[in-house]
Amino acid sequence: MNEMAPPKTERAAALKGLGTSRKRVEDARFTQGKGNYVDDIKMAGMLFGDFVRSPYAHARVKSIDTEKALAVPGVHAILTAADLEPLGLHWMPTLAGDKQMVLADGKVLFQGQEVAFVVADDRYAAADAVELVVVDYEELPVVVDPFKAQEEDAPVLREDIADQKEGAHGPRRHHNHIFTWEQGDKDATEAVISEADVVAEEMVYYHRTHPCPLETCGCVASMDKVNGKLTVWGTFQAPHAVRTVASLISGIAEHNIRIVSPDIGGGFGNKVGVYPGYICSIVASIVTGVPVKWVEDRMENLMATAFARDYWMKGRISATKDGRITGLWAHVTADHGAFDACADPTKFPAGFFNICTGSYDIPTAYLSVDGVYTNKAPGGVAYRCSFRVTEAAYLIERMIEILAIELDMDAAELRAKNFIKKEQFPYQSALGWEYDSGDYHTAWDKALKAVDYPGLRKQQAERLEAFKRGETRKLMGIGLTHFTEIVGAGPVKNCDILGLGMFDSCEIRIHPTGSAIARLGTISQGQGHATTFAQILATEIGIPADDITLEEGDTDTAPYGLGTYGSRSTPVAGAATAMAGRKIRAKAQMIAAYLLEVHDDDVEWDVDRFAVKGAPERFKTMKDIAFASYNQAIPGIEPGLEAVSYYDPPNMTYPFGAYICVLDIDVDSGEVDIRSFYALDDCGTRINPMIIEGQVHGGLTEALAIAMAQEITYDDLGNMKNATLMDFYLPTSWETPHYTTDHTETPSPHHPIGAKGVGESPNVGGVPCFSNAVHDAFKSFGLKQSHMPHDHWRIWKIAHDLGLHG
Amino acid sequence: MGKMHVKLTVNGKQVETLAEPRELLIHVLRENLNITGPHIGCETSHCGACTVDMGGKSVKSCTVFAAQANGADITTIEGLGTPDGLHVLQEMFKEHHGLQCGFCTPGMITRAYRLLQENPDPTEEEVRFGMAGNLCRCTGYQNIVKAIMAAAAEMNAVKEAAQ
Amino acid sequence: MIPGSFDYHRPDSVGAAVKLLVDFGDGARVIAGGHSLIPMMKLRMADLDHLIDLQGINDLKSITVSGANVTIGAMVTQHELIANEALFSMAPIVREAALQIADPQVRYVGTLGGNVANGDPGNDMPGLMQCLDASYTVVGPNGSRDIAARSFYEAAYFTERQDDEILTSISFKSKKGGYAYEKQKRKIGDYATAASAVLIEKDGGNCTAASIAMTNLSDTPVCPQEAAAALIGTALDEASISAAVTAAVNAIDPAEDNRGPVEFKKYVAGIMLRRAIERATARA
Repeated sequence: MNEMAPPKTERAAALKGLGTSRKRVEDARFTQGKGNYVDDIKMAGMLFGDFVRSPYAHARVKSIDTEKALAVPGVHAILTAADLEPLGLHWMPTLAGDKQMVLADGKVLFQGQEVAFVVADDRYAAADAVELVVVDYEELPVVVDPFKAQEEDAPVLREDIADQKEGAHGPRRHHNHIFTWEQGDKDATEAVISEADVVAEEMVYYHRTHPCPLETCGCVASMDKVNGKLTVWGTFQAPHAVRTVASLISGIAEHNIRIVSPDIGGGFGNKVGVYPGYICSIVASIVTGVPVKWVEDRMENLMATAFARDYWMKGRISATKDGRITGLWAHVTADHGAFDACADPTKFPAGFFNICTGSYDIPTAYLSVDGVYTNKAPGGVAYRCSFRVTEAAYLIERMIEILAIELDMDAAELRAKNFIKKEQFPYQSALGWEYDSGDYHTAWDKALKAVDYPGLRKQQAERLEAFKRGETRKLMGIGLTHFTEIVGAGPVKNCDILGLGMFDSCEIRIHPTGSAIARLGTISQGQGHATTFAQILATEIGIPADDITLEEGDTDTAPYGLGTYGSRSTPVAGAATAMAGRKIRAKAQMIAAYLLEVHDDDVEWDVDRFAVKGAPERFKTMKDIAFASYNQAIPGIEPGLEAVSYYDPPNMTYPFGAYICVLDIDVDSGEVDIRSFYALDDCGTRINPMIIEGQVHGGLTEALAIAMAQEITYDDLGNMKNATLMDFYLPTSWETPHYTTDHTETPSPHHPIGAKGVGESPNVGGVPCFSNAVHDAFKSFGLKQSHMPHDHWRIWKIAHDLGLHG
Repeated sequence: MGKMHVKLTVNGKQVETLAEPRELLIHVLRENLNITGPHIGCETSHCGACTVDMGGKSVKSCTVFAAQANGADITTIEGLGTPDGLHVLQEMFKEHHGLQCGFCTPGMITRAYRLLQENPDPTEEEVRFGMAGNLCRCTGYQNIVKAIMAAAAEMNAVKEAAQ
Repeated sequence: MIPGSFDYHRPDSVGAAVKLLVDFGDGARVIAGGHSLIPMMKLRMADLDHLIDLQGINDLKSITVSGANVTIGAMVTQHELIANEALFSMAPIVREAALQIADPQVRYVGTLGGNVANGDPGNDMPGLMQCLDASYTVVGPNGSRDIAARSFYEAAYFTERQDDEILTSISFKSKKGGYAYEKQKRKIGDYATAASAVLIEKDGGNCTAASIAMTNLSDTPVCPQEAAAALIGTALDEASISAAVTAAVNAIDPAEDNRGPVEFKKYVAGIMLRRAIERATARA
C-alpha cells in the first residue's frame, strides 16, 4: 500500500532536526535589509519623543520651565513628573522590588536621568526643544563609591525611603543600604578557614560595564482610543512580562494591551528591564491620541540604561597542604546605582551568585552580599550571563589561581584535584544548588591535550628566561578556566520576577497539509530561535524544520512566557517545545492507529511516521495524519492537531566548559596579543552546531572586551566618562582573535531533549580566562591580583609596580 | 533655514526629497525614502551600521548631511541584490553564519562589497583590517571574515570562468 | 544626537568660499570631510548658522608632485593619500600614518586639510606635517599666505589660521631615507595614546638628518628639535637614541584621560618614539 520508504537516516536528514547545522531562516530578510526593527516602524501621524536629561549626578530639581521649548514649531507636549503624578506613573516598580523615578520627582540621582519628555513631529524638532527646556538644579553632594556610600555621614540618596527599615529583601541598616543576602553556613566556613593549612584571600573587583547591543532601546506606543487598545512595539526581551507589568501599573486591562517585540538588534540583558522611555511614550500616546516613537541614542543607552556587574568581591579560600579545597568565604559589595533595577528572580537579590563554588567540590561555604545605592545609573542586568553568574565564575576562577600560587601548585592540577566528579552528580553544592550533570575531568583533559598544555608551560618558561636575559620585552600568559554556568530560570517554586513564575511555553498548530506553526513565549535577539526551535520540533514530530514557521514576541498571539535572557530559552522554552511536540505525537499515534486499523499500542514512531510494529511497510506519515486529523471523522478523537505546553522546569541546567587562552604581553606598552583561544563547551545535547559555534565566537568577543578594556567609569562628581563608542570599548574585527571551538556532550538528565543552553557560557568562562592569562604572565614576578579591565595602562602599571621597567 | 531639494541617485533610481540641510543622510534614507536597511547604531561614526556606498566609497551615513550628499550616487544593501538574485556576499553571509541579530549586517555587507571591489582577493588580515569600521556585537567576526573570504573566492571563480 | 539648524553653501571656488566666510562672520564654518565637525554639531558643542562645504572646489582635490616638491590640496582624503603612488614614492611615511587613522569609511571622507586645520591634538596629520616640516597655505580676504606647520598650532583647537581664512593646501619637500609612524591606540578608530613620526637620513652609518614629531601628547603636536639634534651626527647607537627619547619625553605634556595617566603616557611616548627611531633607522 505504500512505496518503499527511504532509509531512516535519509528521512531523518530531510527533517533538518536536532544536531543539524541548519542554515538560518532569519537570514534572508537580514541580509537584504528587510529586518523589521523598532526604528523601522512608521505609523500615520506618529510623533517622536526625546528626553531632557540631568547633567548632574545628584541635585535637587527646583523648577522646570518649558515655555520656550513648547514654542518650538512641531512640539506637541512636554511631560514632567508633575504630569505623570496624577496617573501614578511618575515612579515605576523595578524588577528587583524597588521603585524608580520615571521622570525626576524633586531630585535627580544620576547623570543622564530622565527629567522631562518632549513630544514633537520629528526627532529634529524634539531635539531642538530639549535644548530649550530650562531646569533649575541645586547641586547636592555626590557619592560614587559604594564603600563611602555606607559611611554614617554619607549623603542620603533615596529620600523617598530614607526612613524605611525594611526593604524588598529584608532589613536595611543604613540609608544607602538596599539589602543583605546570605547563603551557606557562616560559622562552619569561618571555622574551616581558620583551621586550614593554606588560605588565599583577595579582593576581586568585577568592574561596571554595559551590554551595549548595536541597536539601542526604543519603542512605538499607540493608544487606539476608538477600540481602547494600547499597542507597544519595542525592544523587549520579555514582552509578556512587560504586558502584565504595564497592566498592573497603568490600570489598563491586560487584554487591552498588546506588546510586540519586532526584530531586536541584540539584547545581552540590556532589553530585559522597563525604562522610563517606554512609560513616557505610552503616556504621550494617550495624551496626544497618536502613536509616539522613542528611540534612545547611544549616549543615552550607555548613560542611563542597564549597566552590568560592579561587584566588589572579597574572597577567602582554604585548602589542605596537598591542595584539597576545604572552604570558600565570600562577601560582595554590590553597587546598584540610584535604584535597584536588577533583573533577578525575586528571591535572589544577588542573582545566582551562590554558584560561586564553581566546578569544585567545596564542602563548606558562606556568602553574603550587601546591595548599596550610589549616584550612578541603575541596572545590574545579566549582560550575556545568567543572573550574576559571570561575577561568581570570575571570583572562583581568580581564587583558584591565587590559591594555586599559595600552594605552589599548577593551577590546572589544582582544578582537576577538586572538580566535582562525574559520579557525584546530581551534586548538592554547599550554597544550595543541585548540579544536574557534568563530566568535568573528561572536558578538562581534552582541553589540556588539545592545546598541549605541558608544551605551553615549557614555552612560557623559556620565554621567561629570555625575558630575564633581556632578549625580549614580551611575557607569555596562559589563561585557564573551568566554569560551570547555572541557567534556565527557572522552577516556579523558587523563580519568579515580580511574582511572575519563570516557566515558558510553546503552542503548536499543525496545518492540514502537514506543515506547522509554533509560537513561543520567548523572543530571539539574534539567537536564531526560528531556526533551532523548528529543529527541536522536526525531530519530535517528524515534520521537516523547513515546513515549520516559528513566531515569537506578539503577546496577542504567542502563549505566555517570561522571555529570553539568562540562557533560558533552550532550557525552558526549548523544553516546552519538545513537550508540546510530544502531545502532538501522542494524538497522532491514535489517529495513525485508527487509520492503520490497529490498536494504539501496535504502532511505533519511526522518524517521520507511525508504522505498524513488525510491519514497517504499513505506516502513516505525519503529513497523512495531519490531513486525516482535520478531514476524517475519527470516533472518540476531536478534529485538529494542536498542542500547547507550559513547561515548569524541575531544575536549572548547568552547562560547563574548559577554556584556555594564550597571549603575549608587551610589558613596556601594555599591549596584548592574543595568540590563541581554545573553547570547549558542554551544553548538553547540541541542537545546531553552527549556531552554537557562532554563539561561542560572539560571547568570547564580548568577554574579550570586558576583560581587556570595556568599562563604565565615573569621576568624583558622578560624570560618566565612557558615553560614546570612542571610549566605550567594542573591539573591531582587527582586535578580535581567531577562536578554536570544541565540545563534549553531557545531556541534562531532566531536560526533555537533554539541552542546557550555550549563549552565555562563553562570556561567563571567557572573562576569567582572558583575565587569568594576563595574571599568569606576571605570576612569576609575584602578581596575585590586579583588577580588570586589563587595558594598556593598567597592564603597564602591573609591570611598572613589579619593577619590570628598570 | 528651510528645507532644500535634495536630489540623489539611490540604488539606480533618481529621487528627490525635501530636507533641512542639517538632516543626516541616514535619516533622509530611512525616513524620507523608506530605505531602512542601513541602521543607526552609534551616531558618532564608529559602528558602521549606517554604511552606504556613496560615489564608490563606503561612507557612514550618520555623519553626512543630506545637503552634502546632494547629487550623490548611493547604493544601499537594498541595491546589492534582489530576492531572486542575491549578491554573492548575501549568499555567503547566510551560508557561513555571518550574522546573528542582523542589525550590523546591511552595513557590514555594503562595506564588504566595496572592499572586494578594491581588493578582489584579500588575505584574512586584509579583510579584518578593511572591515574594522563596522562593529558587530554578536558574531565575534570569525564567520563574517569567513563569509567575505568565501564570497571573494566565489566571485573570482565566476570571473575566471567567464574569461 | 541631533545638530542644530544652519544654512548650507557649496561654493565652487576658494574666493567664493572666503567671501561667504567674510559675509557671515562668526556664524560660519567650513566643512571638509566633516567627521570631526559633525559629531561636535550633533553634541551641540559646535553651533553655527552657515556651513560652507568645500567639496565643490575642484582646485583643492589634487596631489601635485613637481621635482622634490609635493603639494596636496586640502580636500584630498586619507584614502587618496594612501592610494597615491607618486606621493608614496616621495614621502612613504604619509601612507603609513594615514593607514593608522580612524577606519576605512572615515578615511574615504576625512581630508588632510580638515585633519591639519582644526587643531585637534588627537589628529595624526599635524604631527606628521611638523615632522615633514610642511607648510600650509591659507587664503583669506587679503590673499594667501604660507604658515609653517611647526608654528601653526597654538593650543587645542587654536591655530594661526584666522577665522576668515581657509587652509587650501599643504606642501613639503620629498623626504628620502628611513621613516616610521608608530601609534599606540586602544583599537581601530581611536586617537593615539601616544604616536610618533620619525624621519632619518643616513650616510655611511651616520645620521645626517633627523626629524621627530609626537601626537596627542600635548595640546598641540610636539616637534622637539633637541630630540632630533640628539640623533644627528651620531651612529644612531643606543646612547644617542636614549638621549633623543629623553629629550622628546621632556618636551611633551600629556593629559590624563581614559587612555591612562600622565606617567604612563610619558613612558609609552618614549616606547613609541624608540620603536619609530629603530624602524626608521633600519629603513634608512
